[in-house]
Amino acid sequence: MSYYFVIVGTQDNPLFEHEFGTSKAGGDGQARFPDQARHMNQFIVHSSLDIVEEVQWGGTGQMYLKCVDRFFNSYVSCFLTGGNVKFMLLHQPPSSAVSSTGGAANPRSSTSTIATNPTSPQTEEAVRSFMLEVYESWVKAIMSPFYHVNMEVRSPVFRQRVAAAGRKYL
Amino acid sequence: MSNLQAPRGGAKEQSGLRYPANGKTIYHRPLNRAKTAELSGASFAYLFSEMVSYASKKIESIQDLEKRLNVQGHPIGLKLLDLLLYREPARSQTRPLNIITLLHFIKINVWQHLFGQAADGLEKSSDPSKPDEYMIIDNEPLVNRYISVPRDMSQLNCAAYVAGIIEGVCDGAAFPARVTAHSVGKQEEGEMWPGRTVFLVKFAPEVMERETFLGKG
Repeated sequence: MSYYFVIVGTQDNPLFEHEFGTSKAGGDGQARFPDQARHMNQFIVHSSLDIVEEVQWGGTGQMYLKCVDRFFNSYVSCFLTGGNVKFMLLHQPPSSAVSSTGGAANPRSSTSTIATNPTSPQTEEAVRSFMLEVYESWVKAIMSPFYHVNMEVRSPVFRQRVAAAGRKYL
Repeated sequence: MSNLQAPRGGAKEQSGLRYPANGKTIYHRPLNRAKTAELSGASFAYLFSEMVSYASKKIESIQDLEKRLNVQGHPIGLKLLDLLLYREPARSQTRPLNIITLLHFIKINVWQHLFGQAADGLEKSSDPSKPDEYMIIDNEPLVNRYISVPRDMSQLNCAAYVAGIIEGVCDGAAFPARVTAHSVGKQEEGEMWPGRTVFLVKFAPEVMERETFLGKG
């Protein structure tokens, strides 16, 4: 499974981007998006923002909105903070189309439930844990008196924390 | 400058980030804190008096001064919103979806965090032509405790700073609003709350529109 994680500000502006792969079931933590489709990730996530704005006022106001959108083989999960900053996670399970470029990692990772079924409760739970861990780092980042709303987060420590959360849960 | 950047581990130098001596960054510190951890009121009063005198330099009017205090408080509100939501137990960790939950969050959580007690009142404007106005009432604002307003500046209420914090919380939660502080305590003998302050929250038209729309749905 390959992941593309992006934090989107209140003006639909990207604040932080990170690409990684699964570390479960023998995955090596590398993203394996096919070269010809990799640049599409940003478009797919951006188009999902409309769906987020539709669902954000419904329900009970939970921050984790689960899987909000799907585009062919890409699934988009969202976590919305109190300050209306969106954590978007695009996950793409290895498909037959990908396996030609994906190489040897695919048969191993397909044994994991997280990797094979992006809408299963286990995946939702794993993504929730990931999002909550990122949220903790995010609150710490915005607590900095030098951080203003919608500012890009460049801290390498923040990136390390996000990568660690990805390794831990996804 | 160069002598400040003592040689350290190679990886750290490459990133261009300077770590504190103990290697702990803001990300290493916990966000939760003990309930009893309070700041000294004296040091706050001292800091706040400096903030007010800083804001009162080269001002043209009282509104100008209140505006500056408001601007100082605004980013605090934005940050408090997410910090306090983070500290909520997972079950009630929800974004405020309507005006009442938002104001309730401010009255209870924000006030409790800042001043150690809930606000004294929350009211909706009784004027039917102003359904977008709400009032949060504090009988004795902490920020005004050691502030005596000169006679020639009688309209001034330094709680404009707290109004800025409220405005920050509202703006952050996507409920854009204008918040102003007004003194309503009577300066008479025997008055129980001479410093009584009303924070008037006036929500933007789009908030009211969404509120009616969501109410129907």
